[in-house]
Amino acid sequence: MKYGETPQLIKEDGTRLDGRKPEDPRPIHMEVGVLENADGSAYVSFGKTRVLAAVYGPREPIQKYMVLPDRAILRVRYHMAPFSTGERKSPAPSRREIELSKVIREALEPVVITELYPRTMIDLFIEVLQADGGTRTTGVTAASLALADAGIAMRDLVSGVAIGKVNGVLVVDIDEVEDMYGEADMPAAMATKLGLVTLLQLNGVLTKEEFVQAMEMAKKTLEKVSEMQRKTLLEKYSSVLQV
Amino acid sequence: MKNIQVYFKFEVNKVSFTPFRVPIVPQLKKNMILSMIEKGLRIDGRKPEDIRPIKIVTNYLDKAEGSAYVELGKTKVIAGVKMEVGEPFQDMPDLGVLTVHAEFVPLASPSFEPGPPDENAIELSRVIDRSFRELGAVELEKLVIIPGKKVWIVWVDLYIIDHDGNLLDASMLAALTALKLTKIPSYTIEGEDIIINKESAKTTLPLKEEAIYVHIAKIGSHFIVDPSLDEEVVADSRIAFSISRDGRIAGIQKMGQGGMSVDEIIKAMELAVTVAPKYFNAVDLVLNKEGNEG
Amino acid sequence: MAEEKTIVLPGDKLNGSELEVRGLGRNYATYKLGNEVYAALPGVLEISEEKKVFIPLENIYIPKPGDIVIGIVINVGLSYWTIDIRAPYNAVLTAQEFLNRPFNPANETLSLYLVEGDYVIGKISSFDRFRSPFITLKGSDKFGKIVNGKVIEIKPSRIPRVIGKKRSMINMLIEESGCDITVGVNGLIHIDCENSHLEDVVTLAIKRIEAEAHTSGLTDRVRSFLKEQLSNS
Repeated sequence: MKYGETPQLIKEDGTRLDGRKPEDPRPIHMEVGVLENADGSAYVSFGKTRVLAAVYGPREPIQKYMVLPDRAILRVRYHMAPFSTGERKSPAPSRREIELSKVIREALEPVVITELYPRTMIDLFIEVLQADGGTRTTGVTAASLALADAGIAMRDLVSGVAIGKVNGVLVVDIDEVEDMYGEADMPAAMATKLGLVTLLQLNGVLTKEEFVQAMEMAKKTLEKVSEMQRKTLLEKYSSVLQV
Repeated sequence: MKNIQVYFKFEVNKVSFTPFRVPIVPQLKKNMILSMIEKGLRIDGRKPEDIRPIKIVTNYLDKAEGSAYVELGKTKVIAGVKMEVGEPFQDMPDLGVLTVHAEFVPLASPSFEPGPPDENAIELSRVIDRSFRELGAVELEKLVIIPGKKVWIVWVDLYIIDHDGNLLDASMLAALTALKLTKIPSYTIEGEDIIINKESAKTTLPLKEEAIYVHIAKIGSHFIVDPSLDEEVVADSRIAFSISRDGRIAGIQKMGQGGMSVDEIIKAMELAVTVAPKYFNAVDLVLNKEGNEG
Repeated sequence: MAEEKTIVLPGDKLNGSELEVRGLGRNYATYKLGNEVYAALPGVLEISEEKKVFIPLENIYIPKPGDIVIGIVINVGLSYWTIDIRAPYNAVLTAQEFLNRPFNPANETLSLYLVEGDYVIGKISSFDRFRSPFITLKGSDKFGKIVNGKVIEIKPSRIPRVIGKKRSMINMLIEESGCDITVGVNGLIHIDCENSHLEDVVTLAIKRIEAEAHTSGLTDRVRSFLKEQLSNS
């Protein structure tokens, strides 16, 4: 995507096009229990990127052969709504969505205690309602909230954010423009209490030193995202403590 | 590993499942892998940072514009590069096109089934594609025939024909070698038509950057490079770094069902940077020999 | 009460030594890492001078032998019914168990007795990690097909509160309303009253218990609610 002139994405005062400092994420909004039918659900937005996640299960799989004798199978679909992008996106799964479904599944599998639910299936559906960069990491963040909302046993929550490099500067939570014209996009997700990175990809080129710095920025941001997830869940239960 | 049941292809690509038809590593072998790792040893006698023996056959195919056959231990991959005249992307009218595709053909493993590429094949090809693309490996601006209308399309097709783990490093080696060997056919322009002259002199595909992948598995608290299939199945978590000739990082993919700490990931990255020259040397060795003979 | 209540979330350390985990599915609510115990589910942690109690707030009903459950028939087979008990596993009720006599599928049809949509009360007789739960109808004359009254659904994690300490809450509900109430630990409750108004009032009371499960003095509040509602009629 680096064709032609690269626009100025970092202004002279060091801020980004939308006024953020390099280390600032976009405004983040989270809600849980937003859907009636699902066993667990969540809505998360990072700026204009908006994602809905729903969990069904653990339940008996429809196809009886799809079981593991010692734990639950996790089934994940990351999907972009046709109206989520500038040009209409075909609802048929693209190669990108197939890869991201796998990457998101592998980001959540380390925290879901699937051994507790042998021979069952846990379904996780992620719908990107609006895409403006960081959809997979927003998806992971929403998915982990939906799993907690469903009462599925987990070792920790998972939080996600994308670190980017634009005009030679490392920045937190890149949006679509920064992703398109930037030099690198590094989506990361972490179970911050466990200190485990569960999703990491790099689309772009970084030096060793930049990579180490990008990991530190990701960790710092994800600790904040995790705090927000916890606050969102605590709000859901706040009434429990009131008489 | 024979008793793998049929993988129902109709479910593929709609959703991503926890793999439930993985090769079964016998418990005793698993224990052996784990106990040997604790002593810094591997079941095939390698040290943790050792890659398996590499065999590269250059120009393996006659009908492709570039090709290579690669063995990494017992894993075998064929890469074929086909050059086709086509139209550029609308938003990039003055650039040629590079496309990587991988096929896990069913003769390579009892767990591979006929049908469209599954999530593993798609992931593999996209991870390789991204690394070449982001690095600007192929000089796509030199692949323009008629600006805005006709450009060269570089199709890199990867054929996995035997799966004994670490398909990524083997496929990347094959892709890189094949791209380095690729010749652009000479052509003449007659109006809007491009006439390919099969017989006349060809030019070499212009590459300005090169990268390979180093795939690292974490077993217990240990890191091993170039995991075999058994090691992959036993591994807690895996990560691959694309490393350029000058030691930059040109792609990352964390894989598998476990996680790693930030410190572990940085340690793995440093290991990848030190291992990368081994792969580049293997490519250089065979291409220098080829150059001397040709 | 010198009790401190906090909400804990998955991944929070519970400082294990004198920890007591209460409520349904307590075996699923925590996990161990090294020597530490952590929460695996959202829950309430009550810290008093003597001990720490962790009660999960969200839970999935996992059957165990001895549980009284209420389920709905979702499939009629040749020799058994499949019962949805709102668990990750469907339960099996065999024809022999239901009819209490030998049964030959060649001569008889099960849909004469129970069809899809029927409610059944029974007890889990066996269940483990490898096999589906089986339902027995032996042990109480309440067990069997539900023909009268109403079945209401609440979160399974709130069931212990509906029963109360030493059955205090459920006994109060029965006493005040005069209804026949059977609690399935899977979150379904069968109420059978003299009239539908009574059933509505009891439903409201149970919904209130579900909503306010983790507050104190709840039995008294529900009792006065019931008294007030019933005196209006």
